[in-house]
Amino acid sequence: MKEPQIIVIGNGMVGYKFCEKLRSKTSSFNLIVFGEEPRRAYDRVHLSEYFNGKTADDLSLSTENWYQEQNITLFLNNPVVKIDREQQKVYTGNGLDYTYDILVFATGSGAFVPNIPGIEKEGVFVYRTIEDLDLISAYAKKAKTASVIGGGLLGLEAAKALIDLGIDKTNIIEFAPRLMPRQIDAAGSDMLKSKLTDLGLQIHLNKNTSNIEGEGKITALKFSDDTSLEADMLVISAGIKPRDELAKACGIEVGARGGIVVDEKMQTSDPAIFAIGECALFEGMIYGLVAPGYEMAEVLATNLCAGNKSFSSFDMSTKLKLIGIDVASFGDNFITEPDCRTIIFENKHKGVYKRINVSNDGQYLLGGILIGDASAYNMLLQTAINKIALPEDPEELILGARGGSEPAGAGITSLPDSALICSCEGVSKGDICASVTDGGCENIDDVKKCTKAGTGCGGCMPMVKDLLNHTLKSQGKYIKNVICEHFNYSRQELYDLIHIHELKSYDEVLTALGENDGCEVCKPLVSSILASLWNEMILKKGNDVAQDSNDRFLANIQKGGSYSVVPRIPGGEITPEKLIVIGEVAKKYNLYTKITGGQRIDLFGAHLNDLPVIWEELIAAGFESGHAYGKGLRTVKSCVGSTWCRFGLHDSVSFAIRIEERYRGIRAPHKFKSAVSGCIRECAEAQSKDFGIIATEKGWNLYVCGNGGSKPQHALLLATDLDSETCIKYIDRFLMFYIRTADPLTRTATWLNKMEGGIDYLRNVIVNDSLGMAKQWEHEIEKLISSYKCEWKEAVENPAIRKRFSHFVNAPEEKDPSIEFVEMRGQKRTAEWKIV
Amino acid sequence: MTESTNNWLAACRVEDAVENGGVCVKHGEEQIALFYFTRRNEWYATQNECPHKKQMALSRGMIGSITDEPKVACPFHKKTFSLNTGECLSGDECAIKTYPVKVENGTVYVGTVPKS
Repeated sequence: MKEPQIIVIGNGMVGYKFCEKLRSKTSSFNLIVFGEEPRRAYDRVHLSEYFNGKTADDLSLSTENWYQEQNITLFLNNPVVKIDREQQKVYTGNGLDYTYDILVFATGSGAFVPNIPGIEKEGVFVYRTIEDLDLISAYAKKAKTASVIGGGLLGLEAAKALIDLGIDKTNIIEFAPRLMPRQIDAAGSDMLKSKLTDLGLQIHLNKNTSNIEGEGKITALKFSDDTSLEADMLVISAGIKPRDELAKACGIEVGARGGIVVDEKMQTSDPAIFAIGECALFEGMIYGLVAPGYEMAEVLATNLCAGNKSFSSFDMSTKLKLIGIDVASFGDNFITEPDCRTIIFENKHKGVYKRINVSNDGQYLLGGILIGDASAYNMLLQTAINKIALPEDPEELILGARGGSEPAGAGITSLPDSALICSCEGVSKGDICASVTDGGCENIDDVKKCTKAGTGCGGCMPMVKDLLNHTLKSQGKYIKNVICEHFNYSRQELYDLIHIHELKSYDEVLTALGENDGCEVCKPLVSSILASLWNEMILKKGNDVAQDSNDRFLANIQKGGSYSVVPRIPGGEITPEKLIVIGEVAKKYNLYTKITGGQRIDLFGAHLNDLPVIWEELIAAGFESGHAYGKGLRTVKSCVGSTWCRFGLHDSVSFAIRIEERYRGIRAPHKFKSAVSGCIRECAEAQSKDFGIIATEKGWNLYVCGNGGSKPQHALLLATDLDSETCIKYIDRFLMFYIRTADPLTRTATWLNKMEGGIDYLRNVIVNDSLGMAKQWEHEIEKLISSYKCEWKEAVENPAIRKRFSHFVNAPEEKDPSIEFVEMRGQKRTAEWKIV
Repeated sequence: MTESTNNWLAACRVEDAVENGGVCVKHGEEQIALFYFTRRNEWYATQNECPHKKQMALSRGMIGSITDEPKVACPFHKKTFSLNTGECLSGDECAIKTYPVKVENGTVYVGTVPKS
């Protein structure tokens, strides 16, 4: 059977949201979208950020492939020009026609342009699309004075944009006696006006523009009170006009003042045609905000998938920051006495105005207005919507409790699970909490991904964050950055304290800085710091028992209780003689051999008792520890490079060996790996390493903070065309910065992901020495490098340490009889877990 | 079980034990982990096998405390067990046997009959 075909006219925020919601519910329906603008749907709410350096791409709501991935056909720059309802066909600007089963109007709105004589003159603009912004920005270059008609939300945004464009004299003309007449009252408007005036904006209220003067292009505005105002350009932002002309032309019912009439199912007078967003007229009202538009999209998408949802009147509360000034209104903001009791707080010195309307019985909050400080907006809105009983002194809601007690209102905990936190996406408190408790979300990004909360206007983010932290805490999951119950410090703090106090053993550290007896969390962490700081033999008496499982016996404990042995093979280069030694040792001690991912050889299945003798033989043949067991440098992988390869630019093997020998044995918060490629073909896969080096014509490119593993991440370019010495200097600094500041068991990629400012900040620190730490770090790492010793050599030569490599204290010669091996492909392997 | 009726196995000399760590004691076919919690000046003994994956490993684990409860963490998957009661502290439904320990004249003895 052929899928029913849905055609969406309009690719704005609501049209896009409809597609997203529909596709999240079903993959059936052929979905075709026609957009008039040349680009994919973008965030019109934050349009003015386009002037603050955001690009059209940043504002885009989807990625380039999204429509294709979702199996949606998207036509841009291709408006629908005619609809034939009888044939159920749309005709497009490029002369094609398409049949629909269901037609959705998401045509949005255009700017309302009042019919003022001279409005067609050059220098008059509207403020609606990215193209409008491009035009305004180009024209502003030659303008000294500008005016905005409209003192509403969008008009103020436009005025801000003009200031950002460098026009000093910007005027705001408003027909009504106050600014933002839909949101705030006269007193609030006064406060806002005085703040905007401070910023250099001229505000003219009660002004009716009668003419736009100028020869061909605008030079001045004339008003009905016979005053006038110079203006090199004019931005009209006097409201919106629903885009209903197509609907009107094909005979669908529209409102007298515009808007496509819809019922609570978003259905128009034609049952096959629906309208959503700012073009839809519901119960005589156009909803000019994104949240109700999204709700309409949700209603329609649900009903098309055989659900049953209805649209009902929508809360029009808003909060925004205008030129740095908080403005918010919520609930019933204009209700006055005697229908309510009003509490007003005004501080002209600070430019703060707050008004709340409380029910006559003092029980509930009905609505309010906030200017200058809207930090309480989310709580107040929730208190009003959810009819949460007010405290005895409701004034505390806007003044804060005095006398040092907790702020009234009990905060987010008092909200019911049904409380709507993100109205753009319709996400409730319960949804957000569940994403943490059941969905495993542990940070704000997870929650955003999982619930979509905060992905619309973003206004609810502080509340989402509070809910996240609160829920994590109540689960005992909250990660206050301390190590464990024994140390009330972060790793970085502990690192500095151990350094300052020159503590050398775990016990000293615990006694000096911690409490109680320690545990399996702080022991390896402190041991790692001690190793990073002093580079002493990690099994020195007292420190051996504070090492993690693998470090404790300088080998990786494997399933069954045997260990594996990995000698270092720097750069992956090995002589035939050494290969033979590895083979002989493996045969003698019956070890399974395998080539590792890091270009060396792993010998598995060694008994604890055999480790010292195995290593004695390897060391005698010139091998040393490979530190495969430690949180430190693993391998520096290399391609064969210019010595053999016909493409090679430099000798990648020699450089890899130099790097590996330089950093071997240095311990860090987590393991780290490296690679060197001799040319851009990148055979050593350097871009998947904690630091990777790729030869260029002029030197080396240095990449940092990549890793494979469960969440692969490419390394990022830190610096280009370096000579070998500079490259090493940067790596020195990079490693010390990482060792000093990373959280425990954090790979470099995650470390960078958490770093404020990201790679640019890191580059500044490493290359430009913005912290002034470079000399110290270079000195510190030099100390670590010069104190390197093979710890296996030390272990086999020290009788006290060697004594620990036996399984039974009362039968030192006997090996663990419980270890079992089975045969596979001519070698041994460990027996399966005895329990599953 | 009173002390007099237990069978005491001479496990090792005090200086052979690992301070703030464990050693493994062979008792016929059995393996017993013996811990010298020097920091608390206490001795503990438990079965050496971790019940989680049946690995002979607890004597190689790190010891420590949670609030005031002494514990050992298995080196394989960091399951932790109370050294006092043998109860699993990582939320699993398994427990380990614990044994009495005494020190006389520098020799450490483990009672080979588990505490109840």
